[in-house]
Amino acid sequence: MLAPEDLTALFLTLRLALLTTVILLVVGTPLAWWLARSQWRGKFLIEALVALPLVLPPTVLGFYLLLALGPRGWFGQLNAALGFEPWVFSFKGLVAGSVIYSLPFVVQPLQDTFQNIGQRPLEVAATLRAGPWDRFVHVVLPMARAGFITAAMLGFAHTLGEFGVVLMLGGNIPGLTQVLSIRIYGHVETLQYAQAHVLSAGLLLLSFVILLSVYGLRGRLRLWR
Amino acid sequence: MTLRIRQRLRRGDFTLPVDLELPSDGITAFMGESGTGKTSLLRAIAGLDRHEGEVRIDELCWQDAQRFVPVHQRELGYVFQEDNLFPHLDVRGNLDFAARRSGATQDEIADVIKRLALQSLLKAKATQLSGGERQRVALARALLTKPKLLLMDEPLSAVDAAFKASFLPQLKRLVQELRIPLLYVSHYADEVAQLADTLVLFRRGAAPISGPVSAMFTDLSLPLAQRSDAESILEAVVTGYEANYGLLRLQTDARLGVLRVGGDELPPGTPVRLRVMAQDVSLTLSRQQDTSILNICPVTVSAIEQSSDSQMTVLLALGSARLLARITRKSADHLRLFVGQSLFAQIKSVALLH
Repeated sequence: MLAPEDLTALFLTLRLALLTTVILLVVGTPLAWWLARSQWRGKFLIEALVALPLVLPPTVLGFYLLLALGPRGWFGQLNAALGFEPWVFSFKGLVAGSVIYSLPFVVQPLQDTFQNIGQRPLEVAATLRAGPWDRFVHVVLPMARAGFITAAMLGFAHTLGEFGVVLMLGGNIPGLTQVLSIRIYGHVETLQYAQAHVLSAGLLLLSFVILLSVYGLRGRLRLWR
Repeated sequence: MTLRIRQRLRRGDFTLPVDLELPSDGITAFMGESGTGKTSLLRAIAGLDRHEGEVRIDELCWQDAQRFVPVHQRELGYVFQEDNLFPHLDVRGNLDFAARRSGATQDEIADVIKRLALQSLLKAKATQLSGGERQRVALARALLTKPKLLLMDEPLSAVDAAFKASFLPQLKRLVQELRIPLLYVSHYADEVAQLADTLVLFRRGAAPISGPVSAMFTDLSLPLAQRSDAESILEAVVTGYEANYGLLRLQTDARLGVLRVGGDELPPGTPVRLRVMAQDVSLTLSRQQDTSILNICPVTVSAIEQSSDSQMTVLLALGSARLLARITRKSADHLRLFVGQSLFAQIKSVALLH
């Protein structure tokens, strides 16, 4: 039922979403921690920047990324000068775009979770001889488990449905940048509604299952609230 | 053996200077109305908040002009008012969290579990425990850090009266047996009367002052002695038991007669603490014979202070002990009370504090 090209697009999409999620957890955790704890007055600037991909049309984001990463952009030129492969029309370009595109979906739930944990468990841990790193690993991480699961799932699901950024930045190269949403668009353009249906329904189902898990888990993991 | 605390506590737009030298053994209570700095000082001593100053416990320096030892490197135990327990761990997990980091052995863990009767709670989560049980676990966990100093911030503010009644004697015995100095924040005089050896009294807008608890409670220049329920605290030793009447015989001072207090038998030599309400003490010039009052002691007037239009508070010396009497101004005039006068105190009721 699925053509080999459809399968290729599916695996590419899953790979992109997974890698993006992992990177976002690594980058987003310290960022969310800082946003939750910092007393700095200018913090709202960073918060607004992080939230920007929520409201910005993906094509706008993709357009500016294309300008920056492209051969004439500052990043593209620096990259070329250092002798690396170009980022546009490449998988790593997609990853870079996705990380920015899905950033708020990972950072915001984490920030909320860290804020909800509050100061007290950390103070308690300090009086029990736990140093700063010990406190983070053995108190914050386990207490924030539900938040991490939510953040990862939202980041993953949101990246699955990415279209505008990919189209602007990566185009439509099968096996390299042709993700599911682009493939679906292609099917519709060529009036292959049956194939479009299969992929669309699949993506719909997958996204729904992920969200079901997020909301289902939220109730059960919050035993201590 | 002293605890030296100098802090400049920033409180909103003013700074509260604190300069205290406290005994580093026994129980010291921080008492005062809310907002007078009790909790702030406790947090400063623990290093949870940083103010300018100095904290030394015997030879150990936790803070001075050069250094500020972070909380996790101070050998202290801390019990917060509430939300002490980690919600992601069960009781045993909470205890182990402390034990692992302090190097407490399995025997020491078992000992603390036994002392605080936690055997049946080990598998429970914090949310499944009552307020009292949570605080018992928090105390056990604080003890497992093998502290040189134990700090408790109003630990009984969210528990019921029955738990409080059983917990205070237990706590007192525990820190005596383990020889851990305890700083205990409270705003209840009854808790302090029962527990503390030393009292630090916090007052609005003034530096806190400290002294032995019996002297502080009976100091006529302090608000404690002017309360309508002013009270004296006496230390006594059990000397015998009158089984036919169910009365304990107690001695407060070698030179003085015995006091008799109703209660269960205690072995001779047991130290006990007594509380006498000022309004339960009346004065007579001669020793009354035909009275139902059992406890009549020869006393000397040390000080007299008017407490209201109609009432006087009299500080009496009962040997080396201090006793307050609350009498009417009319009676004081009638007896022609003066400082240095010898008379008799009739004590209508004495409460035994365990």
